[in-house]
Formats: sequence, C-alpha cells, structure tokens
Amino acid sequence: MIDIKNISKLARLELTPAEEKKFSKELSSILDYFEQLKEIKTDNVEPTAQVTGLENITREDKIDKERTKNAHDGILENAPKRDDDHIEVKAVF
Amino acid sequence: MDLNTLTITEAHAGLVKKEFSSTELTKACLQQIKKTEPKVHAFLLVAEKQALSQAREVDTKISRKEKIGELAGIPYSAKDLFCTKDIKTTAASRILENYIPPYESTTTKRLKDGDAVLIGKTNLDEFAHGASTEHSAFGPTHNPHDLTRVPGGSSGGSAASVASHECLFSLGTDTAGSIRQPANFCGVVGIKPTYGRTSRYGVIAMASSLDSIGHLTRSVEDAALVLKAIAGHDPHDSTTSSEPVPDYLKEIKKPIKNLKIGIPREYFGDGLNKDVREKIEAAIAKLKELGASITNVSLPLTKYAVPCYYIIQPAEVSSNLARYDGIKYGLSDSTAKDLLSVYLKSRARGFGAEAKRRIMLGTYTLSSGYYDAYYLKAQKVRTLIRQDFEKVLAKVDCLLTPISPTTAFKIGEKTDDPLKLYLEDIYTAPVNLFGGPGISVPCGQIDGLPVNFQLIGKHFGEPEILRAAYHYEQSTS
Repeated sequence: MIDIKNISKLARLELTPAEEKKFSKELSSILDYFEQLKEIKTDNVEPTAQVTGLENITREDKIDKERTKNAHDGILENAPKRDDDHIEVKAVF
Repeated sequence: MDLNTLTITEAHAGLVKKEFSSTELTKACLQQIKKTEPKVHAFLLVAEKQALSQAREVDTKISRKEKIGELAGIPYSAKDLFCTKDIKTTAASRILENYIPPYESTTTKRLKDGDAVLIGKTNLDEFAHGASTEHSAFGPTHNPHDLTRVPGGSSGGSAASVASHECLFSLGTDTAGSIRQPANFCGVVGIKPTYGRTSRYGVIAMASSLDSIGHLTRSVEDAALVLKAIAGHDPHDSTTSSEPVPDYLKEIKKPIKNLKIGIPREYFGDGLNKDVREKIEAAIAKLKELGASITNVSLPLTKYAVPCYYIIQPAEVSSNLARYDGIKYGLSDSTAKDLLSVYLKSRARGFGAEAKRRIMLGTYTLSSGYYDAYYLKAQKVRTLIRQDFEKVLAKVDCLLTPISPTTAFKIGEKTDDPLKLYLEDIYTAPVNLFGGPGISVPCGQIDGLPVNFQLIGKHFGEPEILRAAYHYEQSTS
C-alpha cells in the first residue's frame, strides 16, 4: 500500500478522507500494473530523456522585446492578489 | 452548397475566385455552431466578434487584389490548451477557468500571420488527461455520429468540431494518441507530427518529452497544407528541429509504387475488435492494389509501451502542473491562512480527479527510493521501444496499424476504472515514446461509427505517411 498522506502532501494536494481511500486503491492497482516492466532486462541500457538527439541548445542572454511587449501588465492582471506592481503572497516565514 | 462543409483547398479556391467571401464562410460556420453546440458541445468558447473582424480583413485584402495565403480567411478552432493572447484559455480546468494569456502560442501565431480565422476554443479532457473528453471540468463533448458516445480524446472537442462542420480544421495536441484517437472516433484525418517538428511554445504542457502539436482536418491534402504552415524551427522552443520543412503538398502527390509498408503483428492481437480488424485489413489490401509493397514485421515490446508511458507521462505531468500554485495566476483559495494551505487548497479545488491521480502517481514514481524502480526503469524501456521502431523502420518506409481496439464507446462506459481508459492508448502511445509521426486516416464505418487506420513514419517521415494516406483517400472517395 502506498502512503497516500505523504504523497498528497508532497504533491501539495489536500485530500478528503474519501479521496484518500479512493486514490490509494486506484494508485495501488496502477502501480501493480507497472510490475510487468520488470520482465524486461535493462542492464547497460541508456535511459531516454528526449528523442530527437538535440544537445545543449542555448540562446543569447538577451531580453526579447517583441516577446515581452505588453506582457508586464497581462501577467499582473492574472495575479489573484496584487499590490500595484507586485504580486502579493502570504508570509513565507 | 453549405460553405462550412468545404475542405480548406475547396474553400481557398472559392475565396480566390470570389465565389464567396471569408465573412460568408465564417458566418456559415458560426451558424452551424449555433445549431450543433446544444447537442455536441465541442466548444468552450466561440470568438464570434474576433472571427468576423479577422474575416473582414481578409476580404479587404481580396478586394484589393492582394495575394492571400492558403489558409487566409479559413475558419478553424484550437484545442483550449493553446494560449491565445487576450482570449481565455482554460485547459478545461477550474484552476485556469479565468486565465487570459498575455501571449500567443507560436502555432496560433503562425496561423494568424497567415490570416487564418480563429473561430473558437475547443473542449478537451482537463489538461489533456484522458481519451474521451469526459474529464473536462466543463462537461463532456458528444460524438456527432452518435450523441450517446464519446468523441475520443483528449482533443475530442477539436475532432467533433471538424466532423460536425463547425469549422474547417482544428489544432490539437497528441501525447499518446490525443489527436489520432478522436480523429478515429469522429471519422476525420488527424496528424501527430514528429516530436520537435512543430512548436510547443505557448501550449499548456502535459508531458514535455512526449507532447506533439498537430491538427485535424477533413482531407489528407488539408492535413499537408496545415502542416506546411505550422511546422519548422521556433527559437522559443529549443526542442524544435532545424530540419528543413518539405513541401508536403508536392510530396503527397508523388507515386506510392514500391513504398514499403510494414504490418507489425503485435498490433493485431486478441484485443482488437474483429470488425475493426476487417476494415484495417481491407485498407491494407487497397494500398497493396495501389502498388505499395506490404511486409509483415514485428515490434516485440509493444505490450510494454502503455505501462512505460504511464510512468513517464504522470512524472512529467506532476512536474509541469506544479506551477499551478494559486499565487501567480489561476484559481486561488482565499480562505487559506498560510502559504502552504494556499497551495494545498487551491490545487485541491482547482484540479479534477484525473489530474490529481496523475500528479500523485508522478510524485510517487519520482520520489526518493522509487525513482530507479519506476521512472529510470521506464526511461530505459523507452530506449528499447525506440530501438524496436528504428530497427523495423530501417527496412520499411512506414507502418500500418489500427488506432483503437474498438469504435467509439459509450459516455460513462470507462469512467469507473482509470486503467481501462489507459489501455485505449495501446496502439498510439508507442509512437510518442518513439517520437516519430503518426496519421489517422478514415477507412469506413461499422454500424454508423467511423474507423480509421494509422500510418507511422520514421522521424521526419511525414512525407511518406501523408503520401500513402493521400493515395488511399483518393482511391476511396
């Protein structure tokens, strides 16, 4: 059985007791389904993180003015709580 | 003639010859939307005013005898995952219910620059998590061929909007079949290009190593046309390729004589419905008759693709969805007393059950002590699955398979057990793990419900799969 309380805390999701029961059952059966991967030998196999073989794509550290034009106001307008030009958050400490 | 039923190529010809205007074409689609939406619910938002004003601009260009692009004045819809500047974009989630993007996705921008007319945003499974569009926070979409059935998913609204002639094409996303499977259930063409062929910039992310941006159309030629417009390197998405974009319209018309098509036997096992199998086999016979050479091949790791995919994808989902924290944008719980409870409560209220399930699954498989057993193992299996495809595709030009084991299922039929729905991806998810392109092509109906077959290509093998699909379509229409 998985420790659903710990997982939901790590995932930053508050669950009701009914959800805890339901998800813990469902996740366990999905995890059981994953067991079949153990049938495949993967010693000395490199993991795949991406498929097209591109490496270290970088760009100049420059502000793209076209892209950021008017974005400032749009970003702030989407903030749930703002104080003028700042996004308001609860105290961190 | 109902203008809204035209293909893009037909509509473009009509616009250029001034047989009708883009305004008339757009109005025909809007009228169809008014008529169809109460039953089908393909759209989350209809942008009537913006669409008509874009259409008028195109009409002005035509009246000034300016040369217009192939997509100019053509009404289309976009899955509500594409950020559209100043137009609400929700991912069909409560957490983004009121989100108005301050920027535009590269793909919708490219279409806008080509004067295509965005008519609205379509329904999907919340954050693209699903294969039925039943997991939308704003209610399911119904299959236009049978309203008691699902349209497939997650791009179900997109497929339904094209199938019910509410627009001429639609943008979708495909992480494990989310374009190809709804195209199948709704009987339209759907293409998932090679990973990195099209830009993901500005598309709300699901699983970033698998997400592919594509589209749904009513003909293969239209699919080639739209791909030409949206494909190509994007400096804002570093995973896009610099590989030159071929002229797909020319490519599809080349002969298919001696094109080598492989039939992987693992895709025709016991799980495949007998009637669906017959339709797929008839399509294979047709392509053979047209001159393609058919070879039986094997992809032995096929059955491991779904478990492999359902480890990798939720892991990436849990990371991508961590940004929805109730602070910067989206739903925020105002009753929360401290910072941690802002996160806990906003996310609890904002996400639906399937999103929560995937976030927790990913959190678990990435957590300390389990990473090697699940995530790393799956990434290694992914390497072997990729090599399976590479080996086979060194011998043939493309592969032909089914898209789904059955035709469209009933609404509610698979909601009780998440695993049942995950198995919908059995013939489509392997392609995303491999990264190559796949196209979903209509090949008949069973009891009024559409059946499509799938062609899978090499990396950047869009010309071959589009060509085979085009010749098949021409021979049967």
